[in-house]
Amino acid sequence: MTEDFITFRNVSKRFGKNVVLDDLCFSVRERQRITLIGPSGSGKTTILRMLMTLMRPDSGLITVGGDQLFPADEQQVARVRRRMTMVFQQYNLFPNMNVLRNITMAPMKVLGVPEDEAVDRARKLLELVGLTAKLSHYPSQLSGGQQQRVAIARALAMQPDVLLLDEVTAALDPELAAEVLDVLRDVADSLDVTMLCVTHAMRFARDISDQVLMFCTGKIIESGPPEQILEAPQHERTQRFLRSVLEEV
Amino acid sequence: MNFDWNVAWHSVPALLDGLLTALLSIAIGYPLAIALGLLLVFPQRSARPWIRIPVRVVVEFIRSTPLLVQLFFLFYVLPAFGVELSAFATGAIGLGLHYATYTSEVFRAGIESVPTGQWDAATALNLSTTRTWWSVVLPQAIPKVLPPLGNYAIAMFKDTPQLTAITVLEVLSAARAEGAQTFRYLEAITMAGLLYLLVSLVLAWLARRVEQRYATTRGIA
Repeated sequence: MTEDFITFRNVSKRFGKNVVLDDLCFSVRERQRITLIGPSGSGKTTILRMLMTLMRPDSGLITVGGDQLFPADEQQVARVRRRMTMVFQQYNLFPNMNVLRNITMAPMKVLGVPEDEAVDRARKLLELVGLTAKLSHYPSQLSGGQQQRVAIARALAMQPDVLLLDEVTAALDPELAAEVLDVLRDVADSLDVTMLCVTHAMRFARDISDQVLMFCTGKIIESGPPEQILEAPQHERTQRFLRSVLEEV
Repeated sequence: MNFDWNVAWHSVPALLDGLLTALLSIAIGYPLAIALGLLLVFPQRSARPWIRIPVRVVVEFIRSTPLLVQLFFLFYVLPAFGVELSAFATGAIGLGLHYATYTSEVFRAGIESVPTGQWDAATALNLSTTRTWWSVVLPQAIPKVLPPLGNYAIAMFKDTPQLTAITVLEVLSAARAEGAQTFRYLEAITMAGLLYLLVSLVLAWLARRVEQRYATTRGIA
């Protein structure tokens, strides 16, 4: 399928004087894996938050699967939202629910999945993220990496068409980050989802993505397949950014 | 003046009658304060100023004026507008209204203490607003509001003597009546004080039990 699935047309967003997205245009095809890279404050997370309807653009048009977001009525927004879900930097698991409940609650209450089926699905997902033994643990009893893996399982339990990953390893130390990235590689291999991923983990970006978009001050300054952008960047700003990221590692 | 235990015991039945009235008044007033306090949170969080500001003004007005003024208003002024309530009903409602403004502040702070990431996660899972409140926000806010709410139960009980001013016969007015009959205020007032102490201690113990129970059932202990 080559049709555009997600499109941003002339999308702008500013916070006071600070321009976060500047007349941005780009599109994503179904099942494409896109990685958004760039310095902090270049608007990458804002894009994911807009798709997740956590933030509105000041102007421009966003469509997902033919449905327009902003302006759109509540039903349409809910329809779009149902197709996608997001994993956050800070995991955002519900601390008042155990792991199983964190994963089964939304499928049961939002999608109307029967309890035994939701539990069954949760068990399979926990197997995928390597946490079957932690089923009845509470988030506070898990390490950061484990919490993030549960958050990934929780997101996948919604069987989304689009998975948004917002710096999912940024809050983790390198060892825990590696375990989360391994899980995500498995997810990318085994599931047919469209992925938009904001990350500073460049090797991971190269492994999982079809396309890398380099952002700077609210614009895409360079885009292409990962081997091209990450190994032979043309733009001076991309070169500088990659140098600093690699030095950090 | 020696403490006469005979006089003291003699005053107990009247004091217990008064205590029953006081406890009944908080049995009505406290749930009212909780329910109304929770309801008052939502308009105060509204993005629309024409909803938010008037409610905020009323809350601030009630919170910043003495309970006694409000009791007098309900008891002496409202009948002029055709609303006539018994002294007991006025007292219970007055306590409930007054404390609702405190509990609504407690609820507001409790709700605001839930990190925005939790709301984001609820949106990302497409949870309805009702589901988000019921399953995500309130269960996280409630453990934080239980200790101050427990304190307000005790504070409300200790405010029940103010109902004397609108002719409700509660513990202190019973003690004063007993004292007036026997001309021995020492025993009656001391016994009243002991009763207040006893009930406050029981309420504090109950509040702690509720906190512990809630913490363990929710795995937050």
